[in-house]
Amino acid sequence: MSETEQKPTVPAQASAPAAENLPAGREPLLEVDHVTLRFGGVVALNDVDFTLYKGEILGLIGPNGAGKTTCFNAMTGIYQPTEGEIRFRGQRITGKKRHQITQMGMARTFQNIRLFPEMTALENVQVGADAHHKTSVVSALFRLPRHWREERDGIEKAERLLDFVGIRHRMHETARNLSYGEQRRLEIARALATDPVLLCLDEPAAGFNPAEKEDLLQLIRQIRDQGVTVLLIEHDMRLVMGVTDRLVVLEFGKKIAEGLPAEVREDHRVIAAYLGVPDDAA
Amino acid sequence: MTSVVDKVRDGRQAVGARWRGAPRWVRWVTLAAVIAFFYALPNPGFYQYLGPIPTTGSNFTQVLFTVSIYVLLAVGLNIVVGFAGLLDLGYFGFFAVGAYTVAVLTSPTSDLKTLWPWLLAVPVAIGLTMVSGVMLGTPTLRLRGDYLAIVTLGFAEMIRIAAVSSEFLKGQRGFNQIPHPPGQYADGRPFFGVLDARPYYWLVLTLIILVVLGVRNLTNSRVGRAWVSIREDEDAAQLMGVPTFKFKLWAFAAGAAIAGLAGALFAGKQNFVNSQNFELLNSIIILAAVIFGGSGNIFGAIVGGGLVAYMIERFRGIELLGIELYEYRFLFFGGVLVLMMIFRPEGLIPNRRRAAEFKDRRKEVTVGE
Repeated sequence: MSETEQKPTVPAQASAPAAENLPAGREPLLEVDHVTLRFGGVVALNDVDFTLYKGEILGLIGPNGAGKTTCFNAMTGIYQPTEGEIRFRGQRITGKKRHQITQMGMARTFQNIRLFPEMTALENVQVGADAHHKTSVVSALFRLPRHWREERDGIEKAERLLDFVGIRHRMHETARNLSYGEQRRLEIARALATDPVLLCLDEPAAGFNPAEKEDLLQLIRQIRDQGVTVLLIEHDMRLVMGVTDRLVVLEFGKKIAEGLPAEVREDHRVIAAYLGVPDDAA
Repeated sequence: MTSVVDKVRDGRQAVGARWRGAPRWVRWVTLAAVIAFFYALPNPGFYQYLGPIPTTGSNFTQVLFTVSIYVLLAVGLNIVVGFAGLLDLGYFGFFAVGAYTVAVLTSPTSDLKTLWPWLLAVPVAIGLTMVSGVMLGTPTLRLRGDYLAIVTLGFAEMIRIAAVSSEFLKGQRGFNQIPHPPGQYADGRPFFGVLDARPYYWLVLTLIILVVLGVRNLTNSRVGRAWVSIREDEDAAQLMGVPTFKFKLWAFAAGAAIAGLAGALFAGKQNFVNSQNFELLNSIIILAAVIFGGSGNIFGAIVGGGLVAYMIERFRGIELLGIELYEYRFLFFGGVLVLMMIFRPEGLIPNRRRAAEFKDRRKEVTVGE
């Protein structure tokens, strides 16, 4: 657990902007700035405010329906915040197209796996790698040098990433035919292929057994060690405690706590809202 | 580690797997033989030995030309429907734009009186159809699924009704004396004449080969991956950095360009274009052909387009119990489609699991490892 000790201590003060409490030199990567999101009368996110710093693994937790995935969707451009704004690398992402946000360096996986089922594992990852490629119809049609260069680059990258997540031996299999665990890994490889600065994982361990969860923890740490910041949505408290540097806790669309895992675990509001609820498989 | 599902599917696709597993020279020889067969097909000295294959009720060479046009259209529509997954019910509208562009620019009965040669009008026709594809696509490709289908359906009808009622497009009277493609035999006779349909068929066949090579280049590249990813999951594609709108527009434009080419060829062969050539039914037939053959597979689209167009013509001139079967061709056709959807919904030659072959890497391909 040496990684956790190196991380700065952020007091779990929901009201104060987190940036003020951080030592100098910590570079904010993603700022969720007082974001409110309403769907008609329903307030899905209510004044949610937190910052994600470069190089950390931040856990976003909360009971079912707390707004975690909604928050994710707002960050990746699927929903536009009603109030407030989200800044990524200092730039507002509100109003940006989804593929532009990806090209800025934010990648994600999905809670319910959304691969391209008829494409092979390799091709799935190549699509991710294509995010930074420029080959268009003319280069592809006439097989210009750019096509060959980018194609080779994409395949090399895809093979490397499939190797990294441990499913290289399945690369010519269609995504549909991969096992559940392999599909989850493929999603991570595909997201990594877009060269993200920030990787958002939406419940990557859902449906995993303890051994698989342990492997996944390893993988997430390796990803962080390669310089990718990770935002992790997770239900499994053990997993969250084991891997995250900081936690943000949501309940009913509001942030109720933020801080080190050990602190958050002791926070009575969190215990009441989340850990105390026996229905939640924690 | 082949699962049971894999085994079943691999068995079903055994022919395809054997084809991909065959040595390169075997595949080239087979392909060359197939192409040679189709070049030889319109010669009476050749097809008279083919038993029941030549049509009885109409000139077989003419039928082959029609079939080849349908194949070209199916290859084009396959980009839009099969690869990018955009349901286009008005594809024949682009064919009409291509044919009418040629007619207006070349025919002496046209108001423009430009009297261009056919060859000069072809690139303009292709260009204009692409533009019409982009014009239709720009507002509509933001729609998805059913909405897109309805708008494209409306587009084809608009073109047809404009052709029927517009003074400029001559309605039923149409355009006469559209020039033929250029070219002469050694003795000065024109290569592309009025009676012999063979040269036109050979021209279309050659263009099909070129178009297929081009489409293959597109589909085995970033462009094709973008199209398929849009078909598979548009939201996920966007979030993986695919500029989906741009690539959908390209699919539309590429499909439209091929239809425009087909329309120009049709006009150059027929000499005559009027509003009756562009019934809505044609759009449906081509869509059915693509799905019948196996959407998302170029070879499937070729087979589908060929078989559907051929089957319809094959009924001509056959009488059974005093009934002219041609009258019931669509009944039969509909029945076949229904059976197909029950027993083989993925089409005759489905979009195969693309075993990766990267020539530059010369890697062993392990199918269903």
